Amino acid sequence: MESLVYIALFAPFVGSLFAGLFFARSPKSILVGVVNPALIGVSFLASVALAMHVAEFGAVHVTMMDWISMGGLNIPFGFLVDEVSVTMMLVVTLVSTVVHIYSNGYMDHDKSFNRFFAYLSAFVFSMMILVMSDNLAGLFIGWEGVGVCSWLLIGFWYHKEDKPFEENPSISPSWAANEAFIMNRIADLGMLVGIFLIYWNVGSLQYNVVFDALPNLADGLLVGIAIALFIGAMGKSAQFPLHTWLTDAMEGPTPVSALIHAATMVTAGVFLVIRMSPLYSMEAVSGVSMFIAALGTFVAFYAASMALIARDIKRIVALSTLSQLGYMFAAAGLGAYWIALFHLAAHAFFKALLFLGAGNVMHAMDDELDIFKMGGLRKVMMGSYIYMGIASIALAGLPFFAGFYSKDAIIETAFNEGTYLIWIMLVITAGMTAFYSFRQVFFSFHGEERWKPLGFNPHDMYKYVLVAMAPLAILAISFGWFMDGYKAFITKNLPAYEMSDHTHHIAWLLGALVVLFAVIGIWIAYRKYAGKGAMAWQRDEKVENSFIYKLLENQYYVPHAYDRFIVQPYIVASDKFWEWDNKIVDGTVDTIAKTIYDAGDKSRTMQTGNLSTYLNWMGAGALLLIVAAAISAVIG
Amino acid sequence: MYEFIAFYIFAISTVVLFGITVMSKNVLYAMTSLAGGMVMISGFFFLLGADFLGVVQLIVYVGAVMALYAFAMMFFDATKDIKEKHQNPTLTIVLGALMALVFVFIFSAPIIGENIEALYPVVEGVGNAQAVGMVLFTKYLVPFELAAVMLLVAMIAGIILAGKKMDHSLTTHDDAVDEVLHHRFESESDAIHDAEKIADRAEREGAGK
Amino acid sequence: MIGVSHYLILSGLLFSIGFVGVLRRKNLLMLFFATEIMLNAVNIAFAAIGNYYGDLSGQMFAFFVIAVAASEVAVGLGLLIVLYKKYGSLDLEVIANMKG
Repeated sequence: MESLVYIALFAPFVGSLFAGLFFARSPKSILVGVVNPALIGVSFLASVALAMHVAEFGAVHVTMMDWISMGGLNIPFGFLVDEVSVTMMLVVTLVSTVVHIYSNGYMDHDKSFNRFFAYLSAFVFSMMILVMSDNLAGLFIGWEGVGVCSWLLIGFWYHKEDKPFEENPSISPSWAANEAFIMNRIADLGMLVGIFLIYWNVGSLQYNVVFDALPNLADGLLVGIAIALFIGAMGKSAQFPLHTWLTDAMEGPTPVSALIHAATMVTAGVFLVIRMSPLYSMEAVSGVSMFIAALGTFVAFYAASMALIARDIKRIVALSTLSQLGYMFAAAGLGAYWIALFHLAAHAFFKALLFLGAGNVMHAMDDELDIFKMGGLRKVMMGSYIYMGIASIALAGLPFFAGFYSKDAIIETAFNEGTYLIWIMLVITAGMTAFYSFRQVFFSFHGEERWKPLGFNPHDMYKYVLVAMAPLAILAISFGWFMDGYKAFITKNLPAYEMSDHTHHIAWLLGALVVLFAVIGIWIAYRKYAGKGAMAWQRDEKVENSFIYKLLENQYYVPHAYDRFIVQPYIVASDKFWEWDNKIVDGTVDTIAKTIYDAGDKSRTMQTGNLSTYLNWMGAGALLLIVAAAISAVIG
Repeated sequence: MYEFIAFYIFAISTVVLFGITVMSKNVLYAMTSLAGGMVMISGFFFLLGADFLGVVQLIVYVGAVMALYAFAMMFFDATKDIKEKHQNPTLTIVLGALMALVFVFIFSAPIIGENIEALYPVVEGVGNAQAVGMVLFTKYLVPFELAAVMLLVAMIAGIILAGKKMDHSLTTHDDAVDEVLHHRFESESDAIHDAEKIADRAEREGAGK
Repeated sequence: MIGVSHYLILSGLLFSIGFVGVLRRKNLLMLFFATEIMLNAVNIAFAAIGNYYGDLSGQMFAFFVIAVAASEVAVGLGLLIVLYKKYGSLDLEVIANMKG
């Protein structure tokens, strides 16, 4: 079993090295396009084998080597494959495999094809370390590795020019990459503080040791740790107010977006909360958990509202991710960790599918993202249409699709906990989710063919890419059917969350309500955007000029506020500091250098090449020494 | 009283003679006064009871070193005055004066280590030469042998440096030397014979020494 | 009475004369003379201090200084001859070929 763990972990790493070391400078290599997905596939198969082993015999815990061992600090390089991490491993490797194959088609014409695969595999490897580590230090390494890889990948097209905010809210890939990285750094500080607090008070970072020691810690300390760790999770999972990077990260290539959203990045925050469930389910930190649930609900609603009017196809999908992450945090905050994890997995499948479908559309439309310019694409892109449709149904939570089971369970949980405000918000958000996801589908695939006058020539993706996406589509449909089996599997490790009898009785009613909202949302979207001819969608000046529309379009002016109150003052301060730096620090250094230069210039005249001059200098020096000797003799 | 007079006579004469050595434009004057100064210095050694050292001073310095200088002088034009550009005479004087001042200051101060005990005290009842011999060949035997080797090395070095290409005309730049050496090279205008002759001469010289 | 300090001061003065010579002279041969003066000045100091302490070490050192001086003259004169052959002069101004 141990070797399987290492295969699952290091296959992506080998892939990354393979592409990065041997092909970094060479032109597009088919070999890379085959070997890297194959290695991720190997990792997936190993994960499947591990999952079966874990289901039968329980968790696998291996220690590869002593990593840091000094003084009282002992952090082994160990890996823990239990129910939670194996779920994550399966999700990550499966989605990554599909994304890797997909990238073959998507990045076909990119001159940095090999580099892309090197980064992509490294991304997967980082995420695997994150989920598999048996201690917080290893998790943090993966956490940072994911951050670095996301920076590399979001900024993959770093050569693109900066554009003004009005034209492109995410300015440029390099800008977006930096934003993502910096936002995550801010959050990582919180995470580090949490880890330090744990280490100081527990003396170890091993999960099992930490969890055993938790009941002995003071309440205030527990709250502090919980808050600090959640700040880290907020950054990685793009919760308000650190959410702006997620939508801007759409600047990266679409497979990267799919990976970030489905598998390797934003889920890390949720995973952290689930991993630390023994901490967050404690009585002492119930306030923090409640806050997590409330914040998650707020983000779910907040993101969905922005998605209602977004025009950028990828941005809509990104905002839906944000919204769904909100659902996950709501579930985790309410104590339904396994439901959060279940939703995470289900979401990963349909969101990856949605992103890859959006990538297909983009690819077909020559990187055009504006859904107002699309429409009627169904005829030319049947495969992508079906996938997008399946994914959107799953996202909207229509019955018997994956999203229905998981999202419904979350909403049920909110009701069961008696937090009716959260419940109502989540139900409304479910309706909004259905609306915007189908708005996007109808906009791009139904209605008038608005791209025709614009001179686009759409075509569907390669066949093998469409085939490769099939597993995701199948899982987006069917993943929910395994809910009971998964519950039995996962609750060996996570607390089983049971609905009360009362909730159980009206469960069908709650589910029906959610479905009703979703259907209404879809129906509105259909009425508005799917028509043709006289029924066709027209831009409404009045609506677009309304205050709410403007508010939503500008993302609640949060990016503006950041720019105004953080970035601009920071720039001003930096300019000032730069000036000081120039004058004081550089000035000092320059003065020293100049003095030495001048001294050299002056003393160079000593070097006349004439021995006599040297003798004179030597004589003067000897005299100085003798005088010094005399003086010291007098003094001493 | 006798010592007093002797000291001052020697002192004044050495200072004056060495002063001439340092200041004179003429090499011969400078060398002669240097030799004279050396003789006077041996006088100090006699005064200080270091008879042997005085004799050595006379033999080595006045006899050998100055003779060496005199021989070397044959290569250089000793009749011409030396033309030297003195770029900064004041600096020289100031530095020299300061040096002298500091020395006088240091040495006129009472000596601090009064209680130093003699490591190799003067042996009573024997002459200076005998005492020196006893110390030199016991305690200072190794340095003595080393000094002997050093002198041997210096001698070989001197012979090689001065004797190499002795009759090869490297001195044509200088008119005077050229004049002196001219007649020797006249007969050897043929360059092919040159090397042969050099080898011959070197052999003869080697035999001569 | 003539004490050790008399000798030492005289030695210092002679050394200074040699020092002036070293500073002043441009001719290599004259520089050699000046160094000889300095060596002799030091010899006087050695002998005087040896005498003062009743120790023969001073004289021993003076001997070795004389030996060193003799070797120095032998090698140095050889070098001077080579130099003279090469440059036709012993003047430092002429010999100098490094331009600072």
